[in-house]
Amino acid sequence: MTLFLVMLAFVIWFGAWAINVRLANGLNSGTRAVQLGVPAIFGITLLVMWELIVRGLGVPMVILPAPSVIADRFANSLPILWADFVQTVVKGALSGYVIGCLAAFGTAILVDRSDFLKRGLMPVGSFVAALPIVGTAPILVMWYGFDWQSKAAVVVVMVFFPMLVNITAGLQETTTMQRDQMKTWAASYWQGFWKLRLPAAMPFIFNGLKISSALALIGAIVAEFFGSPIVGMGFRISTSVGQLALDMVWAEIVVAAIAGSAFYGVVAFIERKVTFWHPSQRGS
Amino acid sequence: MRVIFPVCAVVAVILGMWYVACVPMNIHTTLTDAERAGIAVTPEGAKVRRNEGAVSLALRNTHVWGETFAQAKPRLPAPHQVVAELWETTALKKVTSKRALVFHGWITLSATLLGFGIGSVAGILLAIGIVHSRAMEMSVMPWAIASQTIPILAIAPMIIVVLNSIGLQGLIPKAIISAYLSFFPVVVGMVKGLRSPTAMQLDQMRTWNAGSSQTFWVLRMPASVPYLFASLKIGIAASLVGAIVGELPTGAIRGLGARLLTGSYYGQTIQIWSALFATAILAAALVAIISWFERFTLKRMGVGR
Repeated sequence: MTLFLVMLAFVIWFGAWAINVRLANGLNSGTRAVQLGVPAIFGITLLVMWELIVRGLGVPMVILPAPSVIADRFANSLPILWADFVQTVVKGALSGYVIGCLAAFGTAILVDRSDFLKRGLMPVGSFVAALPIVGTAPILVMWYGFDWQSKAAVVVVMVFFPMLVNITAGLQETTTMQRDQMKTWAASYWQGFWKLRLPAAMPFIFNGLKISSALALIGAIVAEFFGSPIVGMGFRISTSVGQLALDMVWAEIVVAAIAGSAFYGVVAFIERKVTFWHPSQRGS
Repeated sequence: MRVIFPVCAVVAVILGMWYVACVPMNIHTTLTDAERAGIAVTPEGAKVRRNEGAVSLALRNTHVWGETFAQAKPRLPAPHQVVAELWETTALKKVTSKRALVFHGWITLSATLLGFGIGSVAGILLAIGIVHSRAMEMSVMPWAIASQTIPILAIAPMIIVVLNSIGLQGLIPKAIISAYLSFFPVVVGMVKGLRSPTAMQLDQMRTWNAGSSQTFWVLRMPASVPYLFASLKIGIAASLVGAIVGELPTGAIRGLGARLLTGSYYGQTIQIWSALFATAILAAALVAIISWFERFTLKRMGVGR
């Protein structure tokens, strides 16, 4: 029985791989159905193999729970998962994301208006953007307490510098000729800003927003490892790991994955609506 | 000179704001200490002061300002305190001492480098596979890209505990997290790089009757180098974060992440800040080393600026 399940897993693997090879090299490989189907088959095969091998070899729950066990746990703890989601993603990550991006936007306008600031702040900003800023979490937890405010503060610090660098780079995207044209029309700074430079900066701004969406979730979750109320995804992960309740940990990871992809998806959707004119958004 | 002066000015302003912020941040504990030492403060009594705003307290007690920069456990340590702690724990302690930052830094750095090495090599190999097999590309690439939108770091505690339960401790689990974090940026960047030769260049190779391995070594591999370095820089920063976060959940006692954690448990703010600056210096140094290799390699290849 043991051997049978493991062998079945490998048979399924080779079968699915053969299907994928045929689909990918077949005549219809350019169609949308195949482009979505191939990765879907790959993902489902991995899940099935995981299930069969874990069951076949009798891997203990404390090392790797089977996907069915995780799905069961997920379905049975929806209220807990929802509360954790609200605490970490909505209160911590989203509020920090909004504050951080707005602050970066304001600073970028200041930087844009002053050449001195641009030369002084931008090297510092790019330098800080490359640092492991998540390390500020213990300090901010100490200052703002255990609740979501401190998580939002960590997220603000994490998204601020990547956003600042991207917005500033975007605002410099216009050519001299375009700016001269605005001047010819006697446009004020703000008219030129709203009508020419901000739209031109949008691809850069959305690039920053997409990078920051992943950073925001990481910041909110990791900050909870340094102290949190008894709710939140990071709290649940660290305490469930302590209790060796790995099915709960995996369920939280599923939530994190869904939240992360949805967050990214929403930003990408808005990007398509706003920067429909950009070459990268046309064509398909 | 055009850049150095503004940068110095900005850094000076940041340092100045930091010192100014120290006063209201630390005023409560400073006043309590001063009162205990018999210095007159307004208003008297820690309980009365607890409800007072920090700024108004600071303005009414200008004579204790000097003390706010010299607290043992300040809410916000002054810059010179952090520098002094950094100097003391790096230069004045023996390298093997448990209190030496160099010792903790090495623990974290070794995990980072091992993980970064594994992750980059695996990433490059997968990228080569993806470029040569259409089925592999269509199966794996969407997942590799999607995984970058997911907070992967959340699984770090679980990896540590699971590997712990099968007897793996210390360096390896942290290195695995680091490898995992540097893996996907390298895959995505490397695929982009190996794909960067134009159709015209590929046709030229075909004209010369080059096989696919010749095309790979002579055209695709050199073309991918600039992309590879760009993603290596992202990868090593991610590796360092992974190693640090990997030290958090098990209550590790060694490494920079452990310094952050024990510092936050015992309210040793100066220790937290010095560990934070040590990670920043380490990250900057690692990225700088890769940038140097990048410049050197690209110059040797004749594509450097």
